[in-house]
Amino acid sequence: MNPMATTKVAVRALLRNKVRSFLTTLGIIVGVGAVIAMVAIGEGAKAQVEEAFKQMGTNLLVVLPGSSQSGGARGGFGSQPTITWDDLDAIRTQVPSVRSAAPQLMTGQQIVSEDQNWFTQIIGTAPEFFEIRSWKTVYGEPFGQPEVDGGAKVVVLGQTVVEKLFGKGANPVGLAVRIKNVPFTIVGVLVRKGQSPFGQDYDDTVIIPASTFAAKIQGGLSKFLSGQILVAATSSDSTARAQQQISDLLRQRHRLAPGVEDDFSIRNLAQVANARQDSAKTLTIILASIAAVSLLVGGIGIMNIMIVSVTERTREIGLRMAVGAKRRHILAQFLVEALTLSVIGGIFGVALGLLAAQRMSVRFGWPTLVRPDIIAISVGFSAAVGVVFGLYPARKASRLDPIEALRYE
Amino acid sequence: MPIIELTDVTRRYQMGDVTVHALGGVSLDVDAGDFVAIMGASGSGKSTLMNIIGCLDRPTSGRYFLAGREVSRLDPDQLAEIRNHFIGFVFQRFNLLSRASALENVELPLIYADVTARERRRRARAALDRVGLGARLDHHPSQLSGGQQQRVAIGRAIVCEPKVILADEPTGNLDSRTSLEIIALFQELGRSGITVVLVTHEQDIAEHASRVVVVKDGRIQSDERRIPVPAVVPPLEKSA
Repeated sequence: MNPMATTKVAVRALLRNKVRSFLTTLGIIVGVGAVIAMVAIGEGAKAQVEEAFKQMGTNLLVVLPGSSQSGGARGGFGSQPTITWDDLDAIRTQVPSVRSAAPQLMTGQQIVSEDQNWFTQIIGTAPEFFEIRSWKTVYGEPFGQPEVDGGAKVVVLGQTVVEKLFGKGANPVGLAVRIKNVPFTIVGVLVRKGQSPFGQDYDDTVIIPASTFAAKIQGGLSKFLSGQILVAATSSDSTARAQQQISDLLRQRHRLAPGVEDDFSIRNLAQVANARQDSAKTLTIILASIAAVSLLVGGIGIMNIMIVSVTERTREIGLRMAVGAKRRHILAQFLVEALTLSVIGGIFGVALGLLAAQRMSVRFGWPTLVRPDIIAISVGFSAAVGVVFGLYPARKASRLDPIEALRYE
Repeated sequence: MPIIELTDVTRRYQMGDVTVHALGGVSLDVDAGDFVAIMGASGSGKSTLMNIIGCLDRPTSGRYFLAGREVSRLDPDQLAEIRNHFIGFVFQRFNLLSRASALENVELPLIYADVTARERRRRARAALDRVGLGARLDHHPSQLSGGQQQRVAIGRAIVCEPKVILADEPTGNLDSRTSLEIIALFQELGRSGITVVLVTHEQDIAEHASRVVVVKDGRIQSDERRIPVPAVVPPLEKSA
């Protein structure tokens, strides 16, 4: 007996009791729909976290100068400049698992255009900064090494700053702005990055060469780098190694004896990102588990109705056996019936789940992400539910004694 | 060579602590093309005998050869195949699938014989022609009279070209006129070489058989050949 014939027999049997078949399927529809919608919410949250960290920069480490210690009072990290420009060069050239590194000097300043002004964050850095943060320009170009070497008065603006000074979507490349009364030429406008994982506006910033920052904004050059160092590791696997290597290098350069505290601190943002992603993953698992319970209940519904169906059709089963159906034919017939119910339920459940995810996304503003593999898994899982819960009734049917079955009232 | 060959067949059931001896040593040979009536009161063991002949049940001891093949020790799936190929069943209650057409009902055994859909259709059509229902292929059982339903069942029984037809009280639910029509159909099948084993408790049905076996208390009480009475259906009285 071929699968087509078996399926045909099963579908006809199901169509005999349309309302009953529909209600049974509804259990699976709701179950699969819930799984799809819940996972979409969980995955959406996870993707949001991932995206935010990706915007921050990939494989990112931040090296902060150490704490000051005066008269027993210990300052926090960064309270005292302990990292030198030579340390930066050493990190760039001597640490194998570092792809690139850039200084990040920061201060808040008023920035003034011809007719507007805005208080924003000024970052003084090197051209590597744009690569480390994977930050491209929409207009113009980021500055290069010659501008840094020459202390050029050039600036690259973030979107928010452009908006405040020149209006939304304007292209101010070539125009001038003043910071601390020093005129800067706008050479580029950065693409919008949105919010940091911690809610800061990435785009509310302007970027100038580190040398210019030290000379014009901070006032006075020094051998100390009074900011942070951004480091990109060669790969996401090597961030921990890079952290260790930088630590070793700086301890050696700063001549710290064993047992002496570090006079710097290295933050591994990949670790923070992973922790955030893990919590998002946990959310997904919890939501999916709750939804899976309803799928389970749907499966029990299938089992229930299949048992009823087998009992009702005892004589039919007896007859089929009498005219030559083997046990596996009967088993297949009822298993395919259960499978048909669950797979049809699965397909409609996916539709319902997608709709629900889309509605929730619109209604509550939750980010949702529907992964194609989750759809495939859900349909596969509902098919598995059909097989598992259909197996007992189908076995029961296939084990009937034809004589007894034919005599059944 | 006999088509059915039972040698000292017994059948015992275990009902709790009690052992029921349904058949106590039955030997019976039936020749191909014979029309045998098995008679007996209820509880005589005739149903058990019929179930064993029909390969729905296995003897506790003894041997059963069907068409030269020992079938008394086969497993349920092998028996299903034997039933499919060698035996056609006709029941008192017709046992048709109510939601399926006459044609689909007749096709049913062919599904389990792995016959293609086109061939199934062709053979089912031929079988229905043979039982005189060639014009009612698409009728459902509820649209057919009792006699017509039993004809569909007979069509289903012969569609796999069996050696033996087992009819269990096939006329029990039919009026006398329709019963005669059905018996006439069995006699016709007998003439074409199919062996018919008919279980009945009605003397006037049994007299159309060429051999009457009476079962009592799990044993054959009598076994006699006789000249069968041809089943002649009296013409309907035409209303003037």
